[in-house]
Amino acid sequence: MSRLHVDWTRCDGHGLCADLVPEVLTRDEWGYPMPSSPDNRQLVVGTAVMEHARRAAEMCPLLALKLVS
Amino acid sequence: MTVLSSPPVTEAPTGTRRLLLAPGPTLAEHLATFGPLPVVDDLAAVVEQSDLTGRGGAGFPAARKLRGVTRLGGGVVVGNGAEGEPLSDKDRVLLLSAPHLVIDGLVLTARAVGAKEAYLVTARPEVARHLRRELSLRRDRLRIRVVEVADRFVSGEESALVNAVNGRPGLPSDRSVRVYEKGVKRRPTLVHNVETLAHIALLARFGAAWFASVGTADESGTFLATVGGAVSAPGVFEIAHGTPLASLLSWAGADAHHPQAVLVGGYHGAWVPGHLVGSTRMSRASLSAHSASVGAGIVAVLGRDRCGLVESAGVASYLAGQVAGQCGPCINGLPRMADALQRLARGERDPRLVDEVGRMRQLVVGRGACAHPDGTARFVASTMHVFADEVAVHLGGGCSVQAAR
Repeated sequence: MSRLHVDWTRCDGHGLCADLVPEVLTRDEWGYPMPSSPDNRQLVVGTAVMEHARRAAEMCPLLALKLVS
Repeated sequence: MTVLSSPPVTEAPTGTRRLLLAPGPTLAEHLATFGPLPVVDDLAAVVEQSDLTGRGGAGFPAARKLRGVTRLGGGVVVGNGAEGEPLSDKDRVLLLSAPHLVIDGLVLTARAVGAKEAYLVTARPEVARHLRRELSLRRDRLRIRVVEVADRFVSGEESALVNAVNGRPGLPSDRSVRVYEKGVKRRPTLVHNVETLAHIALLARFGAAWFASVGTADESGTFLATVGGAVSAPGVFEIAHGTPLASLLSWAGADAHHPQAVLVGGYHGAWVPGHLVGSTRMSRASLSAHSASVGAGIVAVLGRDRCGLVESAGVASYLAGQVAGQCGPCINGLPRMADALQRLARGERDPRLVDEVGRMRQLVVGRGACAHPDGTARFVASTMHVFADEVAVHLGGGCSVQAAR
């Protein structure tokens, strides 16, 4: 099971990830990523959106997002 | 025939006075009370049999940590006495009154994991001086360095501690960094609270069965509790797991009348309402009913003359001020949560503030490098639950404590 991991010490609330994988992430009121569904606090990534999640992790300008298994 | 003089047989301490049994802190008093440091073949096995858990707050099984670092090899051992929680005094008291038990524990665990260097960390200059002096009187082969860290709430978090020992700012790292794999000088690092180390020093001498002869079936041994707040004799008490909360409070000279509430586990802990103090014990099983835990053994009494909401809002503001400044949700959410609580405490009659507190709690949980947002949210949740009536009184424009005056 793959999930997204946010390194909060790096994340600056840029918000790109929420645009790239909206199925998993949305933005809180300050712009930081949060689960787009309250049932998915662990940020589990389904196979259907795996490519989106991978791209979001790759494109994070601060390297704060990782896809972990 | 020469009769070799056998070492004096030291009797195992009876009762619950163990860590603080020696009449004074010197090496001579330590040796006279506990006897010399024994050689233990399989320390992890003894620790495992004893069911000793970490005494720094998280309560993780001590043997598991020990085995983890042993397996990786080439490790470093760190004694954590940073004690960033302002209500806690037990690490300071232990390091000042029984430094050689802590050092023994450090030597034993270093031997067990094959470490050649070890560190003792404190945030207090007087403790650091005392430790350096006592260390200079010993002849251990292990190289032990005393490190002083900044006195802030998150200083004692494992990764923050390791960062400080490495000469970097003492702030927590991302959770993907595991200090038992890559800690001090990027080597496998065993971090134990100083009290945990002192217990290990006693375990090595007197064994697991002795250790577990006090406590409950689930939680063995004694622990150091710091009792403060509305009591006439605040201080550090060594008690067995499962001790009735009311007994502990009476030893600290708490008012014979029921306290309004008791905070257990410190600023990241939870409130036990006054009318339930009599049925509460200092054990995981009993405290879980209040979503509290023994944690680092902190107990603070709220007197009848104080407003629980006002006091809690003060704690929430303090915790918001202790944010390390690394993680966005914590930087933004904790001050907002504390502000909403303060406005309720001050008597702003806006029921939306209650929702705002709840919303901020949800928003910060699990969204930081360390447990600070989660711990703060837990304390605030307990406050809103235990002082729900007081919140209602404040929303009605009053305060039950002021009304009683």
